[in-house]
Amino acid sequence: MNFLSLFVLIPLLMMLGLWVSADMKQIRAVMVTGASMLLVLSLGLLASFLSERAAGNTAEMLYMADVMWFAPLNIHYAVGVDGISVAMLLLSSVIVFTGVFASWNMNPMPKEFFLWFCLLSVGVFGFFISIDLFTMFMFYEIALIPMYLLIGVWGTGRKEYSAMKLTLMLMGGSALLLVGILGIYFNSAPEGGNYTMNILEIAQNQMPMNAQRLFFPLTFVGFGVLGALFPFHTWSPDGHASAPTSVSMLHAGVLMKLGGYGCFRVAIFLMPEAAHELSWIFIILTGISVVYGAFSACVQTDLKYINAYSSVSHCGLVLFAILMLNQTAMTGAVLQMLSHGLMTALFFALIGMIYGRTHTRDIREMSGLMKVMPFLSVCYVIAGLASLGLPGLSGFVAEMTVFVGAFQNADTFHRVFTIIACTSIVITAVYILRVVGKLLYGTVANKDHLALTDAAWYERLSVITLIVCIAVIGMAPLWISDMIHGSLAPVIEQLTK
Amino acid sequence: MDYSNFLYMREELSLVAVMVILLLYDLFAPERSQRRFQLVACILFGVHTVLNLFPHEEATAFGGMYVYRPMLTVLKSILNVGVLIVFLQAHAWLESEKAVIRRGEFYFLTLSTLLGMYFMMSAGDFLLFFIGLETASIPMAALVAFDKYKHKSAEAGAKYILSAVFASALSLYGISLLYGTTGSLYFDEVAAGITGSPLQIMAFVFFIVGMCFKISLVPFHLWTADVYEGAPTNVTSYLSVISKGSAVFVLMVILMKVFGNILTEWRGMLYGVIVLTITVANVFAIRQKNLKRFLAFSSISQAGYLMLGVISANALGMTSLVYYVLVYMVSNLGAFGVISVIEQKTGKVTMDDYNGLYKTHPYLSLVMTLSLFSLAGIPPFAGFFSKFFIFAAAASEGYYILVLIALLNTIISLYYYLLVVKAMFINPSESPIAPFRSDNYTRVSLVACCAGIVLLGILSVVYQQISLFSFGM
Repeated sequence: MNFLSLFVLIPLLMMLGLWVSADMKQIRAVMVTGASMLLVLSLGLLASFLSERAAGNTAEMLYMADVMWFAPLNIHYAVGVDGISVAMLLLSSVIVFTGVFASWNMNPMPKEFFLWFCLLSVGVFGFFISIDLFTMFMFYEIALIPMYLLIGVWGTGRKEYSAMKLTLMLMGGSALLLVGILGIYFNSAPEGGNYTMNILEIAQNQMPMNAQRLFFPLTFVGFGVLGALFPFHTWSPDGHASAPTSVSMLHAGVLMKLGGYGCFRVAIFLMPEAAHELSWIFIILTGISVVYGAFSACVQTDLKYINAYSSVSHCGLVLFAILMLNQTAMTGAVLQMLSHGLMTALFFALIGMIYGRTHTRDIREMSGLMKVMPFLSVCYVIAGLASLGLPGLSGFVAEMTVFVGAFQNADTFHRVFTIIACTSIVITAVYILRVVGKLLYGTVANKDHLALTDAAWYERLSVITLIVCIAVIGMAPLWISDMIHGSLAPVIEQLTK
Repeated sequence: MDYSNFLYMREELSLVAVMVILLLYDLFAPERSQRRFQLVACILFGVHTVLNLFPHEEATAFGGMYVYRPMLTVLKSILNVGVLIVFLQAHAWLESEKAVIRRGEFYFLTLSTLLGMYFMMSAGDFLLFFIGLETASIPMAALVAFDKYKHKSAEAGAKYILSAVFASALSLYGISLLYGTTGSLYFDEVAAGITGSPLQIMAFVFFIVGMCFKISLVPFHLWTADVYEGAPTNVTSYLSVISKGSAVFVLMVILMKVFGNILTEWRGMLYGVIVLTITVANVFAIRQKNLKRFLAFSSISQAGYLMLGVISANALGMTSLVYYVLVYMVSNLGAFGVISVIEQKTGKVTMDDYNGLYKTHPYLSLVMTLSLFSLAGIPPFAGFFSKFFIFAAAASEGYYILVLIALLNTIISLYYYLLVVKAMFINPSESPIAPFRSDNYTRVSLVACCAGIVLLGILSVVYQQISLFSFGM
C-alpha cells in the first residue's frame, strides 16, 4: 500500500470516527487529530519529495503506485505526485486544518457538517494524487456534491438558490469534462493496442489532431467552470457568499484550484497541439475574467461578494497564466494557485469571524472595527496587502512570475492581453483599500459593535497559520518555485514537441 | 422426444417448483402456518436464487427454440435478487388488512411474470419470445390492479392491459411480416434472411415500436406515469426495475443477433428515440410532486440511458447494460423501499410530505439520499460507475454528441433528485412525518440496497465477472 493513499484514507477514517462520536468534544477531537495528521503527512511528503529530488531522482512522478481496478476497460487506481501535486496537497491540508478551527462552534448538526466536510476532503486529496483519468474524474465529482448540502443546510442568505446553482453549473462542467475524458480515452492508442486512462501513458502517444481539436475545448471548459472561467463563473459569487465559513475557505481555497490543476494536467499536457492552436479563445475569456472580476469586486458591498469576485479575478489569472504555455508563466500559475488559495481562505475565515460577531457583511453598516477587534483587523489588512501584491507576501511573488512569463510571448496579441490583465493589479488595490478604509478605520458607527470581542484562541490559531504560510511563500519563494519549475519540464516538453 | 432437454431449463423449472409449492401452501396449509406464509415464500425464493447462481455450459434445446447462455444466469440472478428485495419490501403491505387474504396471489402473479421474462430472455425463436412477453405482461396487469377497491389502481390496471395488448399486437404484426419475408421464426434463420428490404424495415419498425411500449421509451411512454402512480407501490417498483431490465436486455440481444444486417438503420432510429426519451422524461420529471410519478419519469429517463448500451451493440455495451440494470435495480428499489414504507405507515406520497424528514427519520432519509445520488450518478456510489461505463460504451462507437446530450440531461435529473434531498434535509416543516418503527423485512431490504449502492461500484469484481460472460455473446 502506497503512502499517498493515506491522503484519501485519513479523511475516510475521520468520517468513521465522526460517525461514532457522540458530542461536540469528540467531534472536535476527531477533526483536529485527522486534520493534523493530514498536515503532518503533507509536510512529510514535501520533505521526502525535496530530498528525493536533491538526491537526483528525476522521474516525472514519484511514489507511484498502480493497482488494476476495472480490467475490461484498463482502468487503474494509479497515484503519483510531482512538485505541483505536492504543493497542492500541502495547500489542501493547510486549509483543511485551518478550516476545522474556523468552524469550531459549528451549529446546528455539527456531526453531519463535518461528515460532508470530510467527504469533500476525500475528493480534493484524491484528485491531486491521481494520475489516472478515471480516478481523477471520480474524485473530482466526489468533491462537488457535498457542496450542495454544505451550502444548502448550513449556509446563509439565499442558500438554496446558490447551492443549486453551484451544483448544477459545476456538474454541467463535469458533463463536458466526461465527454472530453472519454474522447481522450478512445484516442489514447492511435497506433492500436490497449486504450488507457493513465495520464503518463497517454502523453507518450500523440493524440490525433482532429480529436485534440474536439476534446481540448471540452476538457478545458469542463475544468474551467470550476476555475471560474468567464462566462461560467456565475456560480462562484453566489456560492461563496452563501457558504458557511470553512466551506468557503475550502471551496475558494482548494476546490477552485482543481479547475486550474486539471486544465494543465489534462487539457494542456495531453493535448498540446490543440492548446497551441486554440489557446487564443481562452486567453480572451480569461482576460475578461481577470478584469471583469476585479471591477465587479469594486462595486459590491457584501464582504463575501467582494472576496468572491476577487477570487474570480485571481483564478482567472491562474488560467490566463497556464494558457501562456511557457515555463515561467506556468510556474507563476501554480504559485498563484497557492497564494490565492491561502489568502482567499484567510479572507473568508476573517469574514466569517467578523460576520459571526456583527451579524452583517454589509460594509456600509460597519466601520472602525480596528478599535474593537484589533487582531482580526490587522489580519484583514495583511490579507488585503497579500491580495494586492505587496512584496514580501505571496501575492507579489505569484503575480510577478505570471506577468514576467506572460510577457515572454513576443507577439502583439499576447502582449496586449498581458497588459490588460496587469491592470487588474491596480483595480485590486482599489477594492481592497476601499474595504479596509471603510471597514476598519474611522469611528465605530454602530454603538453595539463596541461590545464585541476579539478573536478566540482557535480563531487566532487558524488565522496565524494561514498568515505564516503566506509570509513564508512571500519571503522565501525560491525553493517552492524551483520545485514547481522542475515539475513543469514534462509539460513544456510536450508543448514544444 | 428427448426429455433431457428439460434439464437445460433448470432455472425455469426451479421457478415453477417454487410457484407450485407456494400455491399449494396457500391453499392447504393450516391456519397456524399461514402466518408464516411470507417468510416461507421469501426463503423458498431465496433458495431458488442461490441454487441458480452458478452458470452451466451453453446449450440449445427443443430444436433451437430455447437457448441457454451463461450470461443469462447472470441476468436471471440479478432479477432474482431484485424480486427478493421486492418481496421483502412488500411484506408490510401484504400484512395489511385488505391485502392479506390475497397475498398468495401476489406471489403467484409476480413469479408468473418472472417466468415469462425468463422465457423471453432464453428464447431462440420469435414464438417463444412472444409467449414469454405475454406471460410477463398479462399477470402484470392483474398486479397493477391489485388494490382493486382503489379507483386509481383499477384505472391503472385497465390502462396497463390496454397499452400492453396494443404493444403486443404491434410487435406481433412486425413478427408476422418478418415471417412472411424470411420464412422462419428462428432467430438465426431470420437473421440470415434480413436483407434490409423496405418490407423488412417496416416489420422491424412495428416490432421495435411494440418493444418501446414495453420499455416505455418516448414517444410510447404515455401510459407509464399513470400506471406507476395507480399501482401499489411494491408493484410499481417491480414494474420499473425487473420488467424494464429484462426487456432492454432482450431487445439488445435481438437487435444484435437478428437485425445485425440493418445495424445502421436501427441505430439511427434508436438515436432519435434515446434523445427524445431522456430529454422529455427529465423535463417532465421536474414538475412532478407525487413521488411515484416522479420516479416514473425518472425511470423512463433511466431506460433512455440503458438504451445507450444497446446502441453501442458491442461487448462493452452488453456488459455495461447488464451492470447498469443491476445498479439501477438496487438504487431504484432503495428509493421505492423508502416510499413504500412511508406510504404504508402514513399514506403520504408527495414531495412536500417529505419536508424535514431528516429530523424524524435520519436513516430513511439517508437511504433515500444514497439511492437518489446513485440514480443521479454521483460517485462514489454505484450509479456513477454504471453511468460512466454505459457512456463509455456509447462513446466507443463514436456517439460523442449523444453522450453529451445524455450527460447534459443528467444535470436536469440531478436537479430534480436534489429537490427531494432538499425537501428532506433543508426544507423546514410544521408537521414532519411522525417517527415510526419500520418492520424488519423492510430494514433488511434497505440495508441490502445500501450495501449494493456503496459496494457494487467500488468492488470492480462485479463488473469484471459480468464482462467475462458478455464476451461470449
